Amino acid sequence: MLDNIQLLFVWAPIINVQIILEGIFLGAVFALSAYGLALVWGVMNIKNLAQGDFVIMGGYLSLAFSQYNLSIFLILPLVMIIMFFYGLIVYRLMIRRVIDQDMFTSLLATFGLSLLMQQVMNLIWGPEVQIIDLDFPVYDAFDGFVTIPSIKIISLILAGMLSLGIVLFMKKSRTGQAIRATAQDPRAARVLGIDTDKIYEFTFSLNSAICGAAGVFVSVIWVLQPFYGITYSVRSFAIVTAAGLGNLPAVITAGFGIGLFEKYVGAIIGTAYEVAAPVSMLLIVLVFRQISMKKNRQAVK
Amino acid sequence: MTTKKTILTYTGLGLFGILGPFLFPAYTLSIAYLWMMVLMASTWDILGGQMGYNSLGNITFFGIGMYVSAVVQISVFYPGGVAEYTSAMGSIKPEFSNNQYFTGLYLGILAAGIIAMLFSLVFGSFMFGLRGPYFAIGSLGLAIAAAEITTTIDYVGGASGISMPLFPGDIEFRSVFFYVLCFLITLTAHFLLRWLFSTQFGLAINAIRDDEDKAEAMGIPTRIYKQIGWGITAFFMGAMGAVAGNMAGFIDKEVAYPIPTFGIFMVAMVLLGGKGTLWGPVLGAIIFHVIKETTWTYLLGWQWVALGLILIVNIVYFQQGLMGWLQSRYPEMFGIVVDKTNLQTKEQSKA
Repeated sequence: MLDNIQLLFVWAPIINVQIILEGIFLGAVFALSAYGLALVWGVMNIKNLAQGDFVIMGGYLSLAFSQYNLSIFLILPLVMIIMFFYGLIVYRLMIRRVIDQDMFTSLLATFGLSLLMQQVMNLIWGPEVQIIDLDFPVYDAFDGFVTIPSIKIISLILAGMLSLGIVLFMKKSRTGQAIRATAQDPRAARVLGIDTDKIYEFTFSLNSAICGAAGVFVSVIWVLQPFYGITYSVRSFAIVTAAGLGNLPAVITAGFGIGLFEKYVGAIIGTAYEVAAPVSMLLIVLVFRQISMKKNRQAVK
Repeated sequence: MTTKKTILTYTGLGLFGILGPFLFPAYTLSIAYLWMMVLMASTWDILGGQMGYNSLGNITFFGIGMYVSAVVQISVFYPGGVAEYTSAMGSIKPEFSNNQYFTGLYLGILAAGIIAMLFSLVFGSFMFGLRGPYFAIGSLGLAIAAAEITTTIDYVGGASGISMPLFPGDIEFRSVFFYVLCFLITLTAHFLLRWLFSTQFGLAINAIRDDEDKAEAMGIPTRIYKQIGWGITAFFMGAMGAVAGNMAGFIDKEVAYPIPTFGIFMVAMVLLGGKGTLWGPVLGAIIFHVIKETTWTYLLGWQWVALGLILIVNIVYFQQGLMGWLQSRYPEMFGIVVDKTNLQTKEQSKA
């Protein structure tokens, strides 16, 4: 561990550049799925524990499409459309019935959904770790110390454009305004003629599509495995708990933060802790929230 | 419930518990797992049903108990120590005499319970400021973190696990022995809970469930009650983990921290039976186990999908559980007095 720290900060500080870049690439994906979670959580008070499995499912869909030699610019919208309708089906069959119930019900129901999706993906695509190998050039910098695959940069740019699009959509369009109105006060929104059930449906499907997009990025810059979903869910929860609902800049910052944290933990302590890192991060965030709430004699609700 | 019915139920379950392994010798271990699941559901209900703290991480104590008992059992009578045993990766098979094995086992179970309880105090110190969904997510995180951190400790075998000491005696005696252990632990837990829920403790934790802030304002030391409740859960989960580890014969991360299986089954069982009642978890566990065993047998490969579906249907469509449904349908059976005139006026005012 000490050797690793020395390597990073004394012998070859240039490796930091690589780690920071990797952290930013990952952080963009985390920020996307966390934003979807915050959206659903804020609008309809559903805590979606299957968030990570939506991401993984998007990744596997992208894997399936890439076998037909489609370009990523085509795969991305295709996966988003399919995931949108998948979210619609899940909402109609399941989520609609747990909206009015207490919060633990939604948590447990989505946990059940998460198990189900994991197992079905396991049956379809098998339990092996899979990667997509797209033919994109890899750039070297700093005498080969830092390698930057151009696909990662493309993903980062696409993710940035996507989140910009979502922000504009939420701010400017009528549906976006209706979603924000429903999040603020569903009853008043209903009185003013907004069909809140339709809005819930749309929000959940939109979240599913966002997760699908995140999954496409995961599939091209990282690895896929049917049971990795839960770590994405935990990361999303950590980010949302730290950043709060509906605060997009904070969500993005926290996403990059957790991406960097994970990469540094992996580099310094060892890759065996890569799953433990986001989970411990969640616990640390929860403990800090408690301490700050306790000053006002309140609990984290 | 009237006393006569209670006695009948206890006699029936007790007879089944005692005669089960003799009547169905092929299913002894399966029935042992049934009692294990009854225990898991009943202890989950202390926090989840009676106190309103929905934990998804009680399985942590199960795993801690399993590892603690393994360390105790090996270190008490094996002179080389645990580190040597685990680094040999199962190639060392120490010969324990009968006396040594059973002493080690009982010590291991006891230590597992106590140390799991101590861990619950530590976890509780930073977990009980969380409420509702945050507690659930936090405790799930706790379980995942515990599982991941255990695999990095080389002292207990790391990712390659530990093989438990061999049981002296033949295989039939082995299953009956572990069956009796499971049954006794579950029985003890059941009667302890039955007594606890009838005391001031039961009232206090119900008050916490109904409104924690008011309960605190009324002068109930909520933190202490929460710690005691989780401590009892942890003790029994730890002890049962120790027994389950010996039953499995080999432990690693998947056996010790079965988060997606037992960790979530215990919640599903309680919801199936009806939470917040003494008998709901027992009933739910029995039904769930029967469903699980049958689907396991006939749906090769798809059993997990079937279980996920059962879980979702149970939670989404059948929230109140069997006992809840019975209670609202036949309230007299549970000694709940329903004011008929009041009900009628209510219905009239509705109409």
